[in-house]
Amino acid sequence: MEKWYLMTAVVLLGLTVRWTVSLNSYSGAGKPPMFGDYEAQRHWQEITFNLPIKQWYFNSSDNNLQYWGLDYPPLTAYHSLLCAYVAQFINPDWIALHSSRGYESQAHKLFMRATVLIADLLIYIPAVVLHCCCLKEISTKKKIANALCILLYPGLILIDYGHFQYNSVSLGLALWGVLGVSCDWDLLGSLAFCLAVNYKQMELYHSLPFFCFLLGKCFKKGLKGKGFVLFVKLAGTVVASFTLCWLPFFTERAQALQVLRRLFPVDRGLFEDKVANIWCSVSVFLKIKDILPHHVQIIVSFCLTLLSLLPACVKLTLQPSPKGFRFTLVSCALSFFLFSFQVHEKSILLVSLPVCLVLSEIPFMSTWFLLVSTFSMLPLLLKDDLLMPSVVTTMAFFIACATSFSIFEKTSEEELRLKSFSVSVRKHLPRFTFLPRIIQHLFIISVITMVLLTLMTVTLDPPQKLPDLFSVLISTELTSANPPLLLRKTGPELTSVPIFLYFICGTPTTAWCAKRCHVRTQDSNWQTPGRQSRTYT
Amino acid sequence: MRIKWVECAALSVMAALSVMTGGGSWFLALALGVTLLKCLLIPTYHSTDFEVHRNWLAITHSLPISQWYYEATSEWTLDYPPFFAWFEYALSHVAKYFDQEMLNVHNLNYSSSRTLLFQRFSVIFTDALFVYAVHECCKCVDGKKACKELTEKPKFILSVLLLWNFGLLIVDHIHFQYNGFLFGLMLLSIARLFQKRHMEGAFLFAVLLHFKHIYLYVAPAYGIYLLRSYCFTANKPDGSIRWNSFSFVRLISLGLTVFLVSALSLGPFLALNQLPQVFSRLFPFKRGLCHAYWAPNFWAVYNALDKVLSVIGLQLKLLDPKKIPKASMTSGLVQQFQHTVLPSVTPLVTLICTLIAILPSIFCLWFKPQGPRGFLRCLILCALSSFMFGWHVHEKAILLAILPMSLLSVGKAGDASIFLILSTTGHYSLFPLLFTAPGKKNLFLIGWKLSTSLAWALWKSSVNLYSLSPPGS
Repeated sequence: MEKWYLMTAVVLLGLTVRWTVSLNSYSGAGKPPMFGDYEAQRHWQEITFNLPIKQWYFNSSDNNLQYWGLDYPPLTAYHSLLCAYVAQFINPDWIALHSSRGYESQAHKLFMRATVLIADLLIYIPAVVLHCCCLKEISTKKKIANALCILLYPGLILIDYGHFQYNSVSLGLALWGVLGVSCDWDLLGSLAFCLAVNYKQMELYHSLPFFCFLLGKCFKKGLKGKGFVLFVKLAGTVVASFTLCWLPFFTERAQALQVLRRLFPVDRGLFEDKVANIWCSVSVFLKIKDILPHHVQIIVSFCLTLLSLLPACVKLTLQPSPKGFRFTLVSCALSFFLFSFQVHEKSILLVSLPVCLVLSEIPFMSTWFLLVSTFSMLPLLLKDDLLMPSVVTTMAFFIACATSFSIFEKTSEEELRLKSFSVSVRKHLPRFTFLPRIIQHLFIISVITMVLLTLMTVTLDPPQKLPDLFSVLISTELTSANPPLLLRKTGPELTSVPIFLYFICGTPTTAWCAKRCHVRTQDSNWQTPGRQSRTYT
Repeated sequence: MRIKWVECAALSVMAALSVMTGGGSWFLALALGVTLLKCLLIPTYHSTDFEVHRNWLAITHSLPISQWYYEATSEWTLDYPPFFAWFEYALSHVAKYFDQEMLNVHNLNYSSSRTLLFQRFSVIFTDALFVYAVHECCKCVDGKKACKELTEKPKFILSVLLLWNFGLLIVDHIHFQYNGFLFGLMLLSIARLFQKRHMEGAFLFAVLLHFKHIYLYVAPAYGIYLLRSYCFTANKPDGSIRWNSFSFVRLISLGLTVFLVSALSLGPFLALNQLPQVFSRLFPFKRGLCHAYWAPNFWAVYNALDKVLSVIGLQLKLLDPKKIPKASMTSGLVQQFQHTVLPSVTPLVTLICTLIAILPSIFCLWFKPQGPRGFLRCLILCALSSFMFGWHVHEKAILLAILPMSLLSVGKAGDASIFLILSTTGHYSLFPLLFTAPGKKNLFLIGWKLSTSLAWALWKSSVNLYSLSPPGS
């Protein structure tokens, strides 16, 4: 690619934004006794460095699981151990057993932020750059603009560099997996994805599309010949990678079970805190947690999740293609987010990553979704004093997308990929030609709502009474003496409205994609490195 | 709660503007993008200049005019010309809504979060003038070749080089100063001269001089250019001066403009008989040849040579250790000092050196004027010469050369390569402004900024060289 220096400038800009966001506060700063995610990560370095592996996931006098016990798979623990070795070299006080609890200093903050930056730089950013370079049928300038928008996505920056987490590692590994299987490097791709799952168990949201896509590839190659060989190789890769990561925990059955118990806390309930999914939104009207018993909740959630993702996965298995794969990733992750058990606010990032991958194909909807996804994490960010960075990065992202993709000009039915949907509606309602305009208006309404909600949450205090918010929005006749105030804790429920809408639009999108993939079995939209390039730049 | 309202108001305005950029205006997108980056830089390290400006807000707000240039409670006394003092006075009326306490002269080193927010936002807000000036400068740069690619258009390149100038970002939005709108005034006056609106250009420069007198460095270029190309209305066919085309009217109107501006600025202090005091504050020759951190100019080399020679002399027993003064130039202090081996340098010497250095370019401007472009070259050379040989030069003065050079660099390939070297080294020399004892985190910021600016510069120059230079030049 000739314009490598433009790409370098884009990457450096992304890094500058990340570093300036990291100058702000982090989760739980100065809030004893529990502090926050930052302290959790520091604590894990302490635990993994000072205790033997067998004690990492078990409750003991040295390892109190109530105080930020390890609840991610072993790869996170190994990563923490690596960071701990570096910390030991710089200042052992940071990870001294017991005495370093709640340790906070400028030097330590610099160290922790640096670990996030290095991990990002090594794993996530190269994957994004490679993904954008491999896109086909778009100009070089658009590839670079695509990279800029993905790197400026505020949600990931704010959570990783503000709140403090290591999502860029797991998302980056998943992205390498996507790249691998899309470019026909199936073994490497599945290895990368297995590592991602072993880093954070939430990556399982992406596992079904990977499985269906690879299974579909095996079917295409013929179950009796090459397909079977591929299947065996893939199975071997997956088993080998899992064994390698879990090796120290396979010595005793109790070890493996305890780790699984920590990873999947089914005792915790349908949802915790406020998250913009179906269960939380419905619970505004109907207290599901109180109505349904615990085991029924699990079954209902499982069934709904399965039902919502089945169509896309089946289609992907029957007609595997990289484009279909990316769209299926979006719809599966969204299904899991909306209907699954014990979903956290930050899990929206698992949906955002695939949406970033389809940014160049449906820019308007993707930008809308990504803006809403960042907004949905606002209460969490406000708790960490990240109002200014979140607003600034959101605006920067919006400007980048608006100028790169001219999203307001590309809102015809064809460009929104809703042609088949509106055509099928027009069979019954001939006058249904105003879908693009509806969507544009909805976008403007949703942006205005987000801005207003942000302003109100920041400047006004919540009232004593609980106003009924949905009715305020849906029925404009409701006027009350109290201004339509929004309680902080119900803010996220409102964001599920645009996500609902996206879900409604997403299903026809998936159906359209499936139909489109049926027509063209060879996806010309992917450029495999090493083969002759047919792109026009 | 008030502070949140202000934050929200500022951000809502920007949000509205960002919606407008959905229409695809790249200039607005660039300007908004850099403004957002400036907002992200709010929590970064700020230097003593922050306290300087807070002190000036306090002085101009709390004390009568007669006390402004005498007040010395804080060590950071008012040492900018009167217009800047009036500017601080105007700002202080907004500041009182943020935090009344910052306007108390005795509140030394007061830096509450509201104060910080107000000061940072005031710099970001006044940069609007800089954005306007860049917009005007872009009009003066003509894209003769039809460039389809946005990134190859000279207007785009110039906007990026000026709006995203990292030297300005470091000095204004991290270190903390108000250079943005001052450079805006300078670029606007240059743009006006390009557009043949000489009176406006002269007026703007006169105003600028009374905001910050460092621009005296480039005053000779303005003076000679206006005299030669404006007061003499026509040239002979070979380009030399036509004496009978001299226009007294124009000369007098220029003189009147400058006189009126100066009267407005210095008038009140003349009436109070405070002019000597004002001038002693503006031109503090007691501060010494070099600032605490040496600007990379000729005298830095001179001092280093002096130090090296004295060390050698001591080793070889050529010098008597008792005769060497104990204070060292390298101790980071700001004071007058005698050299040990080489002859000492007085302000007069530096003035003579500077004048000798700018003489060739002044001659060229007089005898062979090349229009506004020649004037710009002369301006840059004056700035660089003054930087090299001036008395008590600050590193920030390199921006005086870098920013106008950006205008030239989009015109010719040769200028672009010179600009690459100048801007890289100039920006690099600004990094000592950011070092503090606990500020190692800035090291990263610095590193990235350096790399970014290098990448930008490399890219820009390469694009320039590819797109603007015809084969064989």
